[in-house]
Amino acid sequence: MPHITGAADPALMELPWDIPLSAWPEDRIAALPRGLSRHVVRFVRHGGNVLAVKETNREIAYREFQMLRELERMETPCVHAVAVVTRRFTPTGEELSAALVTEHLAFSLPYRALFSTALRKGTLNRLIDALSVLLVRLHLNGFYWGDVSLSNALFRRDASEFSAYLVDAETGDLHETLTDGQRSYDLEIATTNIIGEILDLQANEDLDEGIDPFAIGERLESKYGKLWAALTETETFAANVPFKVAERVRELNELGFDVGELDMLSTPDGQGLRIRPKVVDAGFHSRRLMRLTGLDVQENQARRLLNDLDEFRAVRSGGHDDEAFAAHEWLTSIFEPTVRAVPRDLRGKLEPAQVFHEVLDHRWYLAESAGKDVPMPVATASYVKHVLPLRPDERAVLGRSLAEMTAELPALTDEVGTEFETRDPFENDNTYAWGEVPAPEPGTEPPPTVRRATTRVPAPERSPLSGEIDERHQRAADAAEAEEDEAAASEEAGF
Amino acid sequence: MATVTYDKASRIYPGTERPAVDQLDLQIADGEFLVLVGPSGCGKSTSLRMLAGLEDVDKGAIFVGDRDVTHVQPKDRDIAMVFQSYALYPHMTVADNMGFALKIAKVDKATIRERVEAAAKILDLTEYLDRKPKALSGGQRQRVAMGRAIVRQPQVFLMDEPLSNLDAKLRVQTRTQIAALQRRLGTTTVYVTHDQVEALTMGDRIAVLKDGLLQQVGTPREMYDTPQNVFVAGFIGSPAMNLSTFRVEDGYALVGDSKVQLERDTVANMTADDKGDVILGFRPESLDRVAPNTPGAFPVEVNVVEELGSDAFVYGTLPTPLATASEVTVGGSGEGIVRVDPRDVPSKGDTIWVSIRPGEQHVFSAATQQRISTHAVQTDASRTLAK
Repeated sequence: MPHITGAADPALMELPWDIPLSAWPEDRIAALPRGLSRHVVRFVRHGGNVLAVKETNREIAYREFQMLRELERMETPCVHAVAVVTRRFTPTGEELSAALVTEHLAFSLPYRALFSTALRKGTLNRLIDALSVLLVRLHLNGFYWGDVSLSNALFRRDASEFSAYLVDAETGDLHETLTDGQRSYDLEIATTNIIGEILDLQANEDLDEGIDPFAIGERLESKYGKLWAALTETETFAANVPFKVAERVRELNELGFDVGELDMLSTPDGQGLRIRPKVVDAGFHSRRLMRLTGLDVQENQARRLLNDLDEFRAVRSGGHDDEAFAAHEWLTSIFEPTVRAVPRDLRGKLEPAQVFHEVLDHRWYLAESAGKDVPMPVATASYVKHVLPLRPDERAVLGRSLAEMTAELPALTDEVGTEFETRDPFENDNTYAWGEVPAPEPGTEPPPTVRRATTRVPAPERSPLSGEIDERHQRAADAAEAEEDEAAASEEAGF
Repeated sequence: MATVTYDKASRIYPGTERPAVDQLDLQIADGEFLVLVGPSGCGKSTSLRMLAGLEDVDKGAIFVGDRDVTHVQPKDRDIAMVFQSYALYPHMTVADNMGFALKIAKVDKATIRERVEAAAKILDLTEYLDRKPKALSGGQRQRVAMGRAIVRQPQVFLMDEPLSNLDAKLRVQTRTQIAALQRRLGTTTVYVTHDQVEALTMGDRIAVLKDGLLQQVGTPREMYDTPQNVFVAGFIGSPAMNLSTFRVEDGYALVGDSKVQLERDTVANMTADDKGDVILGFRPESLDRVAPNTPGAFPVEVNVVEELGSDAFVYGTLPTPLATASEVTVGGSGEGIVRVDPRDVPSKGDTIWVSIRPGEQHVFSAATQQRISTHAVQTDASRTLAK
């Protein structure tokens, strides 16, 4: 019997823990896009949820589990750790690696998924900005990540920006406070990893060659530096002190941070006042929205919703209504009807708050082309009819092909075969697979078929003695490769 | 290449009394492979991170060569932390995987290629340089990851438990590879592990730490043959040394009803503070099975026998140590380990009689736990360790 720590979910026992993760039956596996990982990672359907299962050794699994729980307690954005599974044995008694189980973050996207569709200009910049905010928040809490990269984070749409979530805490360490050395080294690792990831995307032609990876690295450093300075810098004021202090707090709120404590100290000459924010908490806007409406959304979504709410209140009563009263009215007469207007089968596309944000955007475009204001219900109807059905399903994204998404390239394990036969990249397009609608309009292409069998080509046999690839197999593989090269060459030549 | 010097370097975490690393004094020679080893919380990782610039040095200083790096940022120290867990980028060639970090450092293309080729030669990867990582075996991929650190040509490599997430078999392989590679490169390396076997097999020298204090530095052989205190004696060597506190009368340690003769100059080193007790240590391989009436023989009751093919070990109960005066006694539970001939293994419940081979006693002061034996102890196991 496997030993499961952490989860209050007996159904977890039913998963096939006696089989190595890489061999779990296809019907268990959810094909979700993911980043590069050095461990075997699979997304697994479990009840109504999707779980991420990672095989690693026992100590690392426990450590990461505790770290993730601790980060969650500190309200840093990270995935929820569900359980650690140890004492896994095959039916023949061979011990298997321990497994760390985390919950798949609904509506989250790994960076590779964002590049696999046509890249909108600026997406990369917004990812980098999100990652720099995450890094600052982690560092404020004393967390040294040790392996910052796009692969080790997940991204969720947050109004017109992204928010980043930590998914891999394996290399991390929690400290009381971080030294400058730890912060600068973490940032250095981040820069190197991200540049590597971008170069890799470019090598695979997933990303325009025109993008300069090195400029992206610099962007991360400067964004991080500015935010860190704004949140922690000591300022000295000599005159008009109350105004300056209020100004500083307002600036921090603008950045989305609450100021919990402020250190104020007279300068030695007694003429001025030195202030330094001591405790800052992210989520200024999302907390305000939560207080007013009970909606739990991300920071930029909250900012957008609050803007609409404030506007609503100003138009309704000239701003004289009680804030809580106006918020209640806005919630029942504006927000909820808009979100409810989304047909059930389209609800897996985007989070409600994100839908609301997009409707607001859509309304702006409609109003601009109509030359007059467009009421919210009209904008909503138009959005649901024309825009939303074209959006990919993002609650639990299916990637391009199952094989590609479950392919792994661990740096260390000598695994079984990493070759995959190429298939039509769109054959597993899930636009029609998740839920029933939208029904294809007449004249459009029939829905693509979904094949769930693996495309993994069996690994060449290795000699049990030397570990060398068996020569006959190697020759066959070489021949196949040569053929492929030839085909590519003739294609290039224009045949 | 460079030497590394810890000059009374301390790390005191804010809000704590006891330093995490307490006045560490350590000189690491140019090209040396030094292993920091100790139980969890001993300060080994903190010491390494102080050198890397990740932990502040609150007192004292650290030098790389003649340069004081105590307050230098990590990236300006010319030091490389080596991870075995580097991600490899599947769509980039092996050469690009190894060299792209140099591009960030604005090294020119020709130099990058030159360094990548040199590193590939050392790593036996030359013929794979223009291929993608998927064409490589697990071991080769790992060497590519090492290559990323090597091409930077740092003055010092730092490795913090780099093998901890490998399975046992791969760990042994990789251990050998890292040690061999370090010798080929000749780059000063500081390596942290909690595993004393790893320390003994990899290090030119080993530094044992406990509670933030350096206990002893020396070659693997020195650590094994002349542990300076009880902690090092018990920590280095597997299975561990048998250690117990015994009463001494007329130059004999009273082991149960038996008398084990101590060396004369050892007894001379005892002080009044020892209150007539010593801590006597002997390795499992230092015991011979003898007839019960042999002088110095004492009985061991067999609890468990572990057979390892070439060796067999008896885990048994030793006679209860008679130590009354000492404040702290070591090994009071009376458990002990004896190496026996694998062709002649006793059964559980048997009593075997053993005596300590002449010259193979480690004797420590009961008061200070420091070594009072005057000579190094060589056993047949210690002869397999590098000098």
